[in-house]
Amino acid sequence: MAASYQELLPHLFRLEYTRMTAVLCRHFGLRHMAIAEDIVSDTFLKATEVWGAQGLPENPAAWLYTVAKNKTKDYLKRASLFETRVKGAIQQQEQEAARDFDFSGQAITDSQLAMIFAVCDPANATASQICLALQVLCGFSVEEIADAFLTGRETIKKRLLRARAGLRDNNFHLGPLQETTIQARLDAVLRTLYLLFNEGYFSKSGNHLVRKDLCSEAVRLALLLTENPLTNTTQANALLALMCYQSSRLEAREDEEGEVVLFERQDQNLWSRELIDKGNHYLVNACTGEAVSKYHLEAGIAYWHTTPAGNNKWEHILQLYNQLILLEYSAVTALNRTFAFAKVYGNKAGIAEAEKLGLEDVSYYHSLLGYLYAGTDAPKAVLHYNKAIALTKSVAEKRTLRREVERLEK
Amino acid sequence: MKEFMLIFRLSEKPVAPPSPEQMQERMNWLAGIAAQNKLVDKGNRLSPAGARTVKPGNVVSDGPFTEIKEFVTGYMVLKAASIEDATEIARANPILKMGGSVEIRAVLTPEEK
Repeated sequence: MAASYQELLPHLFRLEYTRMTAVLCRHFGLRHMAIAEDIVSDTFLKATEVWGAQGLPENPAAWLYTVAKNKTKDYLKRASLFETRVKGAIQQQEQEAARDFDFSGQAITDSQLAMIFAVCDPANATASQICLALQVLCGFSVEEIADAFLTGRETIKKRLLRARAGLRDNNFHLGPLQETTIQARLDAVLRTLYLLFNEGYFSKSGNHLVRKDLCSEAVRLALLLTENPLTNTTQANALLALMCYQSSRLEAREDEEGEVVLFERQDQNLWSRELIDKGNHYLVNACTGEAVSKYHLEAGIAYWHTTPAGNNKWEHILQLYNQLILLEYSAVTALNRTFAFAKVYGNKAGIAEAEKLGLEDVSYYHSLLGYLYAGTDAPKAVLHYNKAIALTKSVAEKRTLRREVERLEK
Repeated sequence: MKEFMLIFRLSEKPVAPPSPEQMQERMNWLAGIAAQNKLVDKGNRLSPAGARTVKPGNVVSDGPFTEIKEFVTGYMVLKAASIEDATEIARANPILKMGGSVEIRAVLTPEEK
């Protein structure tokens, strides 16, 4: 049976909303982003009405583009009439209305790429940056964003309001990408996509689908970067490699009940060989230059995780974590490094190294210590696990940790 | 947190380049400091060969090692709660196993005299 429009629409919406908006924003300019979004929303509204009554058209995407195109022409005609009558202005708008909208594959790709650079402004605060990217680049609704962040809708709305005002006021030119723009913003772009992916991969949200969508959206956008010669840098390839390696384990890290499966207990048959191979491909592409970015190091770490034990696996991982922590401090990197350290030098040495970190209010700090103590000092392990349970916001993680506590108390 | 410079010294010129194990140990030590978010500047190693000393009276001599027994092999800057804390960290540096030493010096802020 063919998919009904109710099934197809959310998917099409996610995919085409951002594409259409990008193309239209290129025409109207970011100052008038709201007009572009209104036209696209109207188009989807019409789709629900017409498709609901008449069934799906043969080519739904083409149908959407035709409607969007006509709605835009109508809008411009109205605007032009208004301008002519009220202000006495002539000609220019008429010409614009006559211009056909280019919804070709190339125009979509170019517009989207330009949109990524418009959205990723180094001046944005991290949290609002991610919200803006999710809405404008990935077509996420406020509810979905709120769900992914475990944050109230009002907070998300506020963040978006601020970020969108910035986008509008900067009026970033959505023309062909310039070398200088790329240099100025590529770091922010990569960082945003990296955070976007992590938000999905490590999200505390219980909504499995939203999380998967986040990951695949980040991959889609990173792919856009590697497909354009100007943005196909070694860093972009390293980031994409990292995403491929991580994605290869998406199926294995959750069981049928949606419980988190720890890395060591994952069924490796569930790892996607295809995605690992893709990761290898992009990692090789990433290693053509001299520069080593944090994406290179993280991709390297993820690569070693896909390999079987032996071959000094953990020594390699520790070395990469050592370089990573020297490049950029984060509590998570510090703790992951300590885990690798314990793998190489044993749990006792790992405990000494971990306790130096003193990250008392970080749940992962306590779950790591719980793990390291579990073999030798069960009461101490339970103590740390309980602290971790109290600190984490993730329901799934609480459950996983409680099971460890029960196991130790038996 | 206060900043401290660690100055590494060896009494003789190392004959062989460090082994992979020594490199690994050094790296682990440095990364361990970074993992505590106490690294300010990972500093540099200093060449024992490319060395000159200039003195008053237009005197230039090769290397620092003709007149002093120990020469500086490298430096780094970290931050720590106290000089005791910094000393504790320095104590674990692998250079001590090679007979070298680490000097710990509090960095003066502009306000301090």
